[in-house]
Amino acid sequence: MKRLLSRKYWEDKDVEVLLGTLLRYGVILSSIVVLTGGIIYIMRHGHEIPEYRDFAGPNNRWDNLPAIMRGVFLGHGREIIQLGVVLLIATPIARILFSVFAFTVEKDYLYIVITLIVLGVILFSMLGGLGG
Amino acid sequence: MTILTFTLILLGGAFLAGLLGSLTGLGGGVVIIPLLTLVFHTDIRYAIGTALIAAIATSSGSASAYVKEGITNIRLGMFLEIATTTGAVAGAVLAVYMPTSVVAVIFGLVLIISAFLSIRPKGNHLETADKSQLAQQLRLNGQYPTPEGMVNYKVRHVLGGYLMMTLAGVLSGLLGIGSGALKVLAMDNMMKVPFKVSTTTSNFMIGVTAAASAVVYLQRGYIDPGLCLPVVLGVLAGALGGTKILAKANTRTLRVVFGVVITLLALQMIYNGVTGKL
Repeated sequence: MKRLLSRKYWEDKDVEVLLGTLLRYGVILSSIVVLTGGIIYIMRHGHEIPEYRDFAGPNNRWDNLPAIMRGVFLGHGREIIQLGVVLLIATPIARILFSVFAFTVEKDYLYIVITLIVLGVILFSMLGGLGG
Repeated sequence: MTILTFTLILLGGAFLAGLLGSLTGLGGGVVIIPLLTLVFHTDIRYAIGTALIAAIATSSGSASAYVKEGITNIRLGMFLEIATTTGAVAGAVLAVYMPTSVVAVIFGLVLIISAFLSIRPKGNHLETADKSQLAQQLRLNGQYPTPEGMVNYKVRHVLGGYLMMTLAGVLSGLLGIGSGALKVLAMDNMMKVPFKVSTTTSNFMIGVTAAASAVVYLQRGYIDPGLCLPVVLGVLAGALGGTKILAKANTRTLRVVFGVVITLLALQMIYNGVTGKL
């Protein structure tokens, strides 16, 4: 753990390469989840008629994370797809969190603050009740 | 048409969108919205939500390659993300109060401007004089690798660029697009960042900007799993194919053809918006 927090370790690893790897794994993981849910969804509902002509408003099965997780544990295809989508949205957010850590190791206080502001804006859009 | 055929056709369309989007630098999202609304008669709110997810997918997918090459200016990107994320949240809130026909017209106009910007020949700036004190204080100046070795560059007009980025963020949140063209315009023309750096840094920022409004869209039901399934997988596969071709092909002709197609789609969107069909 001490090695993980030392500046030398991170310089050797090259933070930028780690950032790239993080983004790549995020994308790969979410496409696998989307594909898995997609197969289940098509097998169960493939013969039905798609309905997207009129906007139906928020769907309480997949407009929030707890509902999505309930559906995932029941093996519902569309909730699994939506989990993949949430992972995709979470990937750039994870990148910001990682940057806070990287700037901390570099002792770059100005950019710790800047990164935390960006994170704050995203948290506000998540929890600020803007969905209504 | 059943869900199975609908999904397969959309998968093919999204693949083409991702391929052309990455070849021309316009991103996959801009084609998804006309494809869904004009061809599949989907409500524009579903189209916007789906396109935004496509933008995140392509941004993260290609950013991973660019970051490795060391061209992306991470500090510049992070600083400007304050502008784009605040803009994106404002845009997503604005979208609730704006009639869909007005959104369609604005989308068409932005699409035409983006197409024009992508065809326009690019001057490669290299500003070496230290003219902006703010850029110095924020440590935005950087260096990037060229065939002749590492080159240092300086950033100008930080405030103007910041304001332009806020606008790019608002449009991103309102229309569900990455606004890559506007982001490049801000960094390229205003801040005088070298073209290669501005393109990759813009791409790096698109994911974070889009994530800020995507969480609002998700709560509002704009993001539908049935549409995201073919679009996410198709656009990602297309973008991957695009990067492979990009290394070999001359994209000049393709850019012009794609620009014309996009402009026609944009005019159709504006027409449908004005006549109240969207």
